[in-house]
Amino acid sequence: MDYLSLYVTLKLALATTIILLIVAAPIAYALAYLRFPGKSLFEALIYLPIALPPTVMGFYLIIVMGPHGALGRAWGALTGGSLLFTFLGIAVASVLYSIPFAVQPMKSAFLKIDPRLLENASVLGLSRPAAFIRVILPNSATGIIAAAILVFLHSIGAFGVLLMVGGSVPGVTKVASIAVYEAVEAMDYRTAGLMSLCFIPISYAFLLLANRLNGDTKHDA
Amino acid sequence: MTLELTIKKRLHYFDMDLSLSCADGRMVVLVGPSGGGKTTLVRMLAGLSTPDEGRIAFHGETWFDSTRGINVTPQKRRIGYVFQEYTLFPHLNLYDNAAFAAVEKKEVDDLLALFGIGHLRRRKPHLVSGGERQRCALCQALARRPRLLLLDEPFSALDVATRRGLREELKALKMKLDFPILYVTHDIGEALFLADEILPIVDGRIDRGWMQRTIAREPIAGNQARATREPRLALAY
Repeated sequence: MDYLSLYVTLKLALATTIILLIVAAPIAYALAYLRFPGKSLFEALIYLPIALPPTVMGFYLIIVMGPHGALGRAWGALTGGSLLFTFLGIAVASVLYSIPFAVQPMKSAFLKIDPRLLENASVLGLSRPAAFIRVILPNSATGIIAAAILVFLHSIGAFGVLLMVGGSVPGVTKVASIAVYEAVEAMDYRTAGLMSLCFIPISYAFLLLANRLNGDTKHDA
Repeated sequence: MTLELTIKKRLHYFDMDLSLSCADGRMVVLVGPSGGGKTTLVRMLAGLSTPDEGRIAFHGETWFDSTRGINVTPQKRRIGYVFQEYTLFPHLNLYDNAAFAAVEKKEVDDLLALFGIGHLRRRKPHLVSGGERQRCALCQALARRPRLLLLDEPFSALDVATRRGLREELKALKMKLDFPILYVTHDIGEALFLADEILPIVDGRIDRGWMQRTIAREPIAGNQARATREPRLALAY
């Protein structure tokens, strides 16, 4: 049993969830309420990770984050270090890989808010950012929780993109899904079986919770 | 006049083309059939809808002027606007709703007490009646110390008895307010009961003969009007 890789998985899923809740909220707001040139192109780009094979996404991330890529070079100049094969590197990859699962539920929660509430907020003197914080966010709780659960689960399940960007450095980038793969490769079915078993209850429980939240939303409406 | 408006706007079924004015402390009631442009007019005053051309001025301040390209945002007009329904913030209790944009927090309790909902201050909007919600919406609008109050069928979703009670409270309240009030209704009886001045609006235009025609044609509306026992009823005939 490889506890270290389970720990890396949970740490990565938690980091991804926290980062995405902060990053995806303004993106979801822009997609729901703002008009700007190239909006449909931008929206498709956000959802692209769903449609791409993880290895293809991983390949492009290696190019961008590698020593000759824009992101890798900037990071190197700033810190002297590398993004590939580090926890930060797989965190960046995981965030990009899961971004659609954060943006989509938040966007639909924001769109469910009665437009009359927002009109009332503007008549009461609230600027758009103030209305976002004081009216939209507090009335989108179920959508935000759903986004958090989906992102957490999706990051636990990530494999290809992490293997490409992070390799399999024990305690750093070797997540549980990679540990299962390596155990099977080494014909160690006992470890693979135990590790796999850990995924089922966690994922199942969170999905039940997510479905329950969805049910509640419909009931309210 | 405190408030002066002249606007034109192309809508789906007709073109709006009208002018109105209102002085401080007076209530102008916009009455007329549904879909006649009353709500659109009020939304233009609030800055939520933009006229195609015209001018809106308030106390010498220009809120809208198509020729000069001026259109002051709703945030900066400082008005109170009570909608028909569903505009209290569902995540806040009645106190926090009323205090949402309050100038002085200590006025909020007085307002809630004035409208008889002080004891419900910790309740969320979905746990009180429709009449209590609309009272709270009035508190929310007044706590902002508005310079102009817009009431768009604020009581029309309520049952008859509640509506009658609130109507009387509003009439009493009006005596204490020193800014212009615009009230939208499709109910002639309500208009006669509340108004200092009645402006019938039909298909986007002021149609002074609409009330007489409607009362003559529809006995129910006539009875409602008679039930208010208003001296101005004589004018309506």
